[in-house]
Amino acid sequence: MTKHKIRKLPLFTLIFFLLLFMAGVISGEPSRVLEQSRQICLSCIGIG
Amino acid sequence: MELARKWVQIVIGFLTNGYWAFPFTRTIYQGPLKVVCSPGLNCYSCPASTTYCPIGAIQQLIAGIRFNLGLGQYYLGWYVLGCIGVVGGFLGRMVCGWACPFGFVQEIIHKIPGPKFKIPRILRYVKYIILSVMVILLPLLAVNEFDMGDPWFCKYVCPAGTLEAGLPMLVIQPDLRAAIGHLFFNKLAILIFFVVWSIMASRPFCRVACPLGAFYALFSRVRLVRLRLNREKCTDCGACHQVCPMGVKFNESPNDAECITCMACMERACKYGAISLEVGGLPLHSSPLRKTTKS
Repeated sequence: MTKHKIRKLPLFTLIFFLLLFMAGVISGEPSRVLEQSRQICLSCIGIG
Repeated sequence: MELARKWVQIVIGFLTNGYWAFPFTRTIYQGPLKVVCSPGLNCYSCPASTTYCPIGAIQQLIAGIRFNLGLGQYYLGWYVLGCIGVVGGFLGRMVCGWACPFGFVQEIIHKIPGPKFKIPRILRYVKYIILSVMVILLPLLAVNEFDMGDPWFCKYVCPAGTLEAGLPMLVIQPDLRAAIGHLFFNKLAILIFFVVWSIMASRPFCRVACPLGAFYALFSRVRLVRLRLNREKCTDCGACHQVCPMGVKFNESPNDAECITCMACMERACKYGAISLEVGGLPLHSSPLRKTTKS
């Protein structure tokens, strides 16, 4: 019978990026992202 | 599984582009969902888009880092990087195969009959150059007198933005047509180039130029969900090479950064049950063992 080993590296990776995400939330980035994404950036889409 | 994947692509395509009032409002969605990250490349200036594009958002944040630091605001892109990092840690490039609207568009275009060609493997490295130069370095370093950079990839390259945002905006806001110039026509040419290439080759933009695909590819060895090769069962028959839309030789390179986990090799090619889907090391599903003995 094949033994299956649980891989731990993906969990550490997820925890690292989750902490990064939380640091972003604490520094107020979501409101900045929301502000940007609500506007049409014409030069970003090649107009103007 | 292929049918399930198509349905997932359609549902996610609709969820991330679910604002269908735009023909009446003649503008983009501006509600609170725009704080949610789109897993795939999906321009947030698209009138129907309900989420933000991680590549667009990270470029905007990087382009404004110096200006914002001057104002005492520490917007360093951690929120966006954290979002796509968590997605990448779970799925890696499985996102490309299952959740990217622009990848789905290329798959549909590739069904158009015509001559089919392979893409040289060396070209896969171009997307890492695009990610590091056009998404990170140029927006950070090439700044104007106000310390503001430009979102270089969106502005000069992104064909998804031209298709999903540039062209629809010109339709719903005819006044904008007066403002188009060489920048728009350059981007339109890039879009046409990738559309024509998509007829002749499978997913050329994903394989050669997508910076989000390049980012997710960095997770190929550490992602939670991935395909696994059982060396004892594999006969090196090479059947998996024939069906892979990304040109991966799965038996030679099971953790290939190009693998989008579409499972075509597992479902349609392997006769020996040598390929399985695993989550964190535990197998979930394996290729069906057909009535063929190992030679």
